[in-house]
Amino acid sequence: MGHPILNLVAQRIALGLLLLFLASGLIFIGTQILPGDVAQSILGQSATPEAVANLRKELGLNDPAYVRYFKWLAGVLQGDLGTALSNGKSIAEGISSRLQNTLFLASWAAALSVPLAVVLGLLAVQYRNRWPDKLISGVSLASISLPEFFIGYLLIYFVSVQLGWFPSVAILNETMTLGEKLNAIALPVVVLTMVVLAHMMRMTRAAILNVMQSAYIETAELKGLNPFTVIRKHAFPNAIAPIVNVVMINLAYLVVGVVIVEVIFVYPGMGQYLVDHVSKRDVPVVQACALIFASVYISLNIIADIVSIVANPRLRHPK
Amino acid sequence: MSDNLLEIKNLKIGATVYPPGEKPHDITIVHDVSLDLKKGQVMGLIGESGAGKSTIGLSSMSYGRGGVEITGGEVFVNGRDILKIQAHGLRELRGREVTYVSQSAAASFNPAMRLMDQVIETTLLHGLSTKTQAEERAIELFRSLGLPDPENIGNRYPHQVSGGQLQRVMTAMALCPKPDLIVFDEPTTALDVTTQIDVLAAIKKAIRDTGVAALYITHDLAVVAQVSDEILVLRHGNMVEHGTVQQIIEEPKEEYTQELVKAHSITHEEKKPTDNPILRVENITASYAGTIKVLKDVSVDIHAGQTLAVVGESGSGKSTLARVITGLLPPSEGRIVFDGKELTPALPNRSLDDLRELQMIYQMADVAMNPRQTVGQIIGRPLELYFGMKGAEKRKRVIELLDEIEMGEKFIDRYPAELSGGQKQRVCIARSLAAKPKLIICDEVTSALDPLVADGILKLLLDLQKIENVAYLFITHDLATVKSISDSIAVMYLGELVRYGTKSEVLSPPFDDYTDLLLSSVPEMKLGWLEEVLADRKMESAGN
Repeated sequence: MGHPILNLVAQRIALGLLLLFLASGLIFIGTQILPGDVAQSILGQSATPEAVANLRKELGLNDPAYVRYFKWLAGVLQGDLGTALSNGKSIAEGISSRLQNTLFLASWAAALSVPLAVVLGLLAVQYRNRWPDKLISGVSLASISLPEFFIGYLLIYFVSVQLGWFPSVAILNETMTLGEKLNAIALPVVVLTMVVLAHMMRMTRAAILNVMQSAYIETAELKGLNPFTVIRKHAFPNAIAPIVNVVMINLAYLVVGVVIVEVIFVYPGMGQYLVDHVSKRDVPVVQACALIFASVYISLNIIADIVSIVANPRLRHPK
Repeated sequence: MSDNLLEIKNLKIGATVYPPGEKPHDITIVHDVSLDLKKGQVMGLIGESGAGKSTIGLSSMSYGRGGVEITGGEVFVNGRDILKIQAHGLRELRGREVTYVSQSAAASFNPAMRLMDQVIETTLLHGLSTKTQAEERAIELFRSLGLPDPENIGNRYPHQVSGGQLQRVMTAMALCPKPDLIVFDEPTTALDVTTQIDVLAAIKKAIRDTGVAALYITHDLAVVAQVSDEILVLRHGNMVEHGTVQQIIEEPKEEYTQELVKAHSITHEEKKPTDNPILRVENITASYAGTIKVLKDVSVDIHAGQTLAVVGESGSGKSTLARVITGLLPPSEGRIVFDGKELTPALPNRSLDDLRELQMIYQMADVAMNPRQTVGQIIGRPLELYFGMKGAEKRKRVIELLDEIEMGEKFIDRYPAELSGGQKQRVCIARSLAAKPKLIICDEVTSALDPLVADGILKLLLDLQKIENVAYLFITHDLATVKSISDSIAVMYLGELVRYGTKSEVLSPPFDDYTDLLLSSVPEMKLGWLEEVLADRKMESAGN
């Protein structure tokens, strides 16, 4: 059936795919204009010109750029991310365990930070301009203002070294139980939560306060509802769209922006993996990581758009 | 204890104001107001904006809107002083003993909740009945308020229901918990006249059937005369006069009440149409997004120095006509001839001189001005743009214009926020006059103003027309305004021109059904008018 919501949702998804295609082009161009020759850097400075030429031929580097781009794209679409130059292994295999680890860390950070941010935002609205609001705003602003590496090292020093509660290095392996894994990632989860919490909390507060100016909130107050019911039943449902948007941007940051945190805690995730291979000039791996980051970012934002569309009663129940 | 349901004694209400460029200070909005209301009685509170009537109404729920605070006096509801009870006790009072119907029902419903859930929310909250019982009562109320499809209308969301219907649903919401008192705060002001009459009748019937007492707040004396037993006239937070409806409208004692009763006192001699109209609108058809036609084959003429009034209810296409003439919405068919030559349909292609000769004044004066510019800058801008005026020359002309709108030089450095509603509209008039236009489109310019202020604006527009020989296209839904200022009238209904001619032609019988409906719907200041009109109506409003 031609429900307008289905059309809108289909439109968003199509736009997302187009955007992803454009992003893949940018990633490819970006890695091509980097200075230096891949064959040269694999073989090292002492390689003979013949050896370099042979390797170039073998890697297909003599083809025009657009041919290489479409070859790469065709491979990606079939699930083949290519072969790493540094160790000759399949990139897809190398990435999958790293991606799992990153998603594991990000989802626990999200599970902690999103409910916390929404609840703190609601509390801040309830006690607006009184001390609980000011305390919540102050603490969250302070935590967003400190760079994450600084928070990371502070936590390592106090919580790990001084108190010895959690390990300072977050290493995971297959044999660990869930409890052991959670113990290992406790500190990075806390750091990530502190970084994304303030943004989401402040947006929740602002979006709900904005709705609180509406005439229908006055109606609710004049019905004799208690303040928390007013916020929960009448304000929050109308503030979902902006809140979901900022939550999704922060979730994307949890996956994409964790490079620093992973490096500090020596966590075997995508960020570490990317940094390692950038320093090895392993272009196919860098391309693959960038593409995965782009698709995470785009799909989370599509989800945010779809939630906003579905949350709008005017679109859900047309005249 | 007396048998009064509501007793307000020596009420004083204050607020803190933050004027630009000054220190915040406290002002008093309501000075020493007292009133009594018995069970089942209806009291009309009447006055212009700033009279404190809504503030007094809300005080019966111990509620202060936007920083307003009750600073003195006592308010008794059912014998207890509600200003002394705590938040928990207030929640027992609000929605149970006293309920509220606001001016804009469209904004007062939660857009994300079904109507039924909102209507029965209070009843369930206060544990007055089970959900099934409450829903049955709500459906009963929907039916008695004349809503279409009473069984199912509760399943709809607010945006799926028209403004007039929402206002009735809100009345049902107020009646549902069987309160002792309902505060009606301008419940029909935002509606078309033809819709207002139905809502008014529904409210009157509901009050009579349930025996609930009411405070009925409005600025329209003719409306309040139809539903109230007594009237309290307020001005600047003071009581002016209190009496029965009959006494107030037939023998008002105070001078201010007399002015209110005889508002719309402007008379205007109709001018004969000329051979050469300044603007010819020829067979215009227009639509938004190419699908639904909002104007169907409309042709009208406007003559130099004369006024064409375009009347109709919302959705009649009258504002769209203005958008087509200004070029904001190029028509799909037809053409516009201005001063002998055809106008380019789309705004961006018009010459600066075409833009200058065709000016516009809007309904909401305060959003039509940049709040960060002074009056001098606002009026000076068209002088600079169209005539290249600068410095002393520009200032001199701005002062001339300020004198023309009867405000004077002292306003030149003020900001819009420091002006009253009527003064803001005057500045907008001066801004459009600054361009020396041949035609000004006035889109509901007096609709947001109090009757006496609106009268002042209309007088000014007529005087300026004599001096500047400017033509007006006057868009309005208010027939009283039309009668007082127009030379010719175009009546529109659902995008079509249903009646068009000189004022005397249009306002003389025989009428077509729609014009008859429109004319008969204008509230008249006499007892029993509502019943008379409803008895001989021929058709329904499109807003139902």
